[in-house]
Amino acid sequence: MKTAALALLLQTALLLGLAPLVSGIIKNWKAKLQNRQGPRVWQPYLDLRKFLRKDMVISEHASWVFSFAPYVVLITALLAGLLVPMLTEQAPLSLFGGVLAFVGLLALGRFFLALGGLDPGSAFGGMGSSREMTIAAIAEPALMLAIFTVAIAARTTDLSRIVHASLGPEWSWLNPMHVLAFAALFIVLLAETSHIPVDNPATHLELTMIHEAMLLEYSGRYLAFMEWGAAVKQLVLMTLLANVFFPYAIADTMTVAALGPSLLAYLAKLVLLAGIVAVVETTNAKLRLFRVPDLLSAAFVLAALALFSTFLFQ
Amino acid sequence: MDQLPHTLLMLTLLGYVAGALVGLVFLRAERLANYFAFGCAALGALGGVVASVWALAAGSVVAPSLQLLPSLIPYIKFTIRLDPLGLFFTLIVSLLGLALSIYSLGYARGFYGRKNVGVLGAFFNLLLLATTLVFLADNAFFFLLVWELMALTTYCLVSFEHEKEESRNAGVLYFVMSHIGTGCIMLGFLLLFQASGDYGFAGFHALGDEMSDGSRNAAFILFLVGFGIKAGIIPLHIWLPVAHPAAPSNVSAIMSGVLIKTGIYGLTRVFFDFLGTPPNWWGVTVLAIGTISAVLGVLYALMEHDLKRLLAYHSIENIGIILMGLGAALMFLHSGHPLLASLALIAGMYHTLNHAVFKGLLFLGAGAVLHATHTRNMEDMGGLAKRMPQTAFFFLVGAVAISALPPLNGFVSEWLTYQSLLQGFGTTPSLIRLMFPLSGAMLALTGALAAACFVKAYGITFLAQPRSEQAEHAHEAPWPMLAGQAILAAACVFLGLFPTVFLKLLDPLTQQLTGQQLSAQLSSVQGLVLSGATATGGTVSTLGLALMAVCLLPVPLGLWLVFGRGTKTRRGPTWDCGLQGLTPRMEYTATGFSKPIRMIFKALFRPRREVQREYDFSPYFAKTLRFESHVEEVFQTRIYRPFYGAVWYFSRRMRALQAGSLQAYLIYIFVTLLALLIFAL
Repeated sequence: MKTAALALLLQTALLLGLAPLVSGIIKNWKAKLQNRQGPRVWQPYLDLRKFLRKDMVISEHASWVFSFAPYVVLITALLAGLLVPMLTEQAPLSLFGGVLAFVGLLALGRFFLALGGLDPGSAFGGMGSSREMTIAAIAEPALMLAIFTVAIAARTTDLSRIVHASLGPEWSWLNPMHVLAFAALFIVLLAETSHIPVDNPATHLELTMIHEAMLLEYSGRYLAFMEWGAAVKQLVLMTLLANVFFPYAIADTMTVAALGPSLLAYLAKLVLLAGIVAVVETTNAKLRLFRVPDLLSAAFVLAALALFSTFLFQ
Repeated sequence: MDQLPHTLLMLTLLGYVAGALVGLVFLRAERLANYFAFGCAALGALGGVVASVWALAAGSVVAPSLQLLPSLIPYIKFTIRLDPLGLFFTLIVSLLGLALSIYSLGYARGFYGRKNVGVLGAFFNLLLLATTLVFLADNAFFFLLVWELMALTTYCLVSFEHEKEESRNAGVLYFVMSHIGTGCIMLGFLLLFQASGDYGFAGFHALGDEMSDGSRNAAFILFLVGFGIKAGIIPLHIWLPVAHPAAPSNVSAIMSGVLIKTGIYGLTRVFFDFLGTPPNWWGVTVLAIGTISAVLGVLYALMEHDLKRLLAYHSIENIGIILMGLGAALMFLHSGHPLLASLALIAGMYHTLNHAVFKGLLFLGAGAVLHATHTRNMEDMGGLAKRMPQTAFFFLVGAVAISALPPLNGFVSEWLTYQSLLQGFGTTPSLIRLMFPLSGAMLALTGALAAACFVKAYGITFLAQPRSEQAEHAHEAPWPMLAGQAILAAACVFLGLFPTVFLKLLDPLTQQLTGQQLSAQLSSVQGLVLSGATATGGTVSTLGLALMAVCLLPVPLGLWLVFGRGTKTRRGPTWDCGLQGLTPRMEYTATGFSKPIRMIFKALFRPRREVQREYDFSPYFAKTLRFESHVEEVFQTRIYRPFYGAVWYFSRRMRALQAGSLQAYLIYIFVTLLALLIFAL
């Protein structure tokens, strides 16, 4: 009981603490790859502190939904994160839900994020909400099918047991099923965390933004919650990719001796993934909105192929 | 078995009869008619809820049947029987009936001086009576009788506002489609009668195993079409999005919540009780129809900006999800996995109840909005969250539930559906098993599109600035209307947070239909956690997640305390790019919101638009602008319209035979007689 509570606290702290760092690394490396100095790795922490200290201006057209949304976004991202094994094979809340709850919680956060975008009555927010929900809708089948493939191979929807199965002898990352499912999930990761080629948060044009457009009317504390929630969501999806497909060195007990290497391996995996994202962001252009479905249907086809391959190779 | 449920159900039926009579008695006194008719309905429905929960909790086995009225004609017996399947559906109609009757006490006031409230109350009671009897009937003849009564009362209610042409047309379309369905069901029952020699349902039990393959498959198809029309499966759905919105909102709620479930009841009764062990293609067909209905239903819903039509299309989607569970259950029964079949059946049944609850809630919310703004067009709404705060809150609960988001009830039943689909992968070695995860992926698409649709429905209707004068001056609904919504919203929360408590009520049902009781395997950790039935499933606890969310609340609040102490919040205008203030016309519209989806699924929707501008010097500064946008309803234009055309063509040709001349008719009779005589030789 005591170790369980400790694990819960540790994971919550890591989720909150590491999330801005990962965003910082991606931004910094992207700048380096483009021959720019770029913001420091720590910049997101400073931004968040700055937002938290600022006064808030809330639109006079907005209702209570606008103020409620930031809490939902942050908390659902954290909850989803607690369902995913991070340092230990056993996720703190794995009894409370597996992949299905994971996807459901992220969807709940997105639902309120989009409502928050519509609430102030600005056309930018509406446009962002519309696009976010559209892209999420076409990303969802690819995400689910890729996850199903993994879940069917592990014969469970419980993420802890999926990770346990990945540690088993039958698991090989050269297995076509894993490669294809990983590729599908990676594309979904880019779409869900507003990266190029799907969304470009760094653009100066509101018309091309998706995620940022929904946040335009947020300020101060609420903006901080929203940004932090988005960063946590990104970290959580990366953790899912890292630990389900490459569960090396993950701890099976809650001892310092086991956790140390596990933490190091986890950080290495995150940094690697962040690097890949930075390279993808630098080497690709943002797609036109109506080209994004092509990318995501490619992800769906990859996931479907992963599924067929389980059938072919067994 | 306990006598209490029997007695209570009799009282329920009596309550509905009394309500109908009182409504007619007080035709001229609308206030009294309103109070007494809907009061009787509420009391009757309350009795129905108590009786069905009581009987299901007692683990009722099939009770002996009960003669309701004496009958003089052989075969035709007016008998009812309390069995778990019927009781479960009685629970659905009673629960919804209760909330709706209370709601109607307030809603019917809107008709004072305009329409006859007594008639509305009488038909409302009759409809509840007929629907309850459909679920309890124990004789095919009696079943068809009350089925017709139900269809006819619904027809009268759909055309209640008959001065509108829309309502009249909707009524006729409903009438025609409904009768095609009834015809198929009749033929199906005749096939069963042929095999059993009796119209009693007891004689039909597992009859399919004794029937020849041909007549069994014919019965399957006839029932699928007959009950499918009532359930609104695609492509038999065309009446549904027309008829549901045309009726008064309390009736729309009962149509979407309960009436289409009579189709599901019929399918479940026939497939699981009567037709015996199913061949594989039945399950595959039902699963495929379910998947297609779910995806297309939600896509068409997204294109709507009429709030009630949008909700009606979502009914098609949810019927699809229910059928996915039923189809999977049939496939598992075929492959000899009764445990998984029970799981899939539970998923379907749970979703049936859940859909009744949240769709009822959403229609009531739509009714309240309609009551306040006098429009169904979402483009004329907006800003209602401030003007109708309670309704807005209840609608939000319903929207989260229908989008299958945790921790509410829609999520739980879809979770069960996903579990049964995923575990189904291991039940058969053939290629057909790929259907399970692919349907699962389509269910994910459906869920995400539903979320998009309800962001639109809620955001455009309730948030931002009001888009019209009426929306500007909207006012909150009277308390009975709020109370009706509150009951259903509370049911959404309860069914979402405490699924294991509720699943116990489904034990007798699965025992009856698949011979398995699952509630014990489905719950772990003292019922706080829902588990996926077998050791290899997964677990989920909506209650745990909700509590954990509360436990995490100190994170944002702590951040506020540590960093943000002393910060101020002020209200300001939304950023308007330096213009002179935002007007509602600059807001995003419902049509605009769904445009990306419309473009992505262009092949299905075939969108068409016309823009006419009048301008002086530059098209960017138009004086007047007319914009029209249409989406083609493929099923109407490609299937039904050619069919109507053919029917008209042949009717016109037939008219030549019927020229009105007596001599010609005599010749026809003579020739027919001659032909028959020759045939008899």
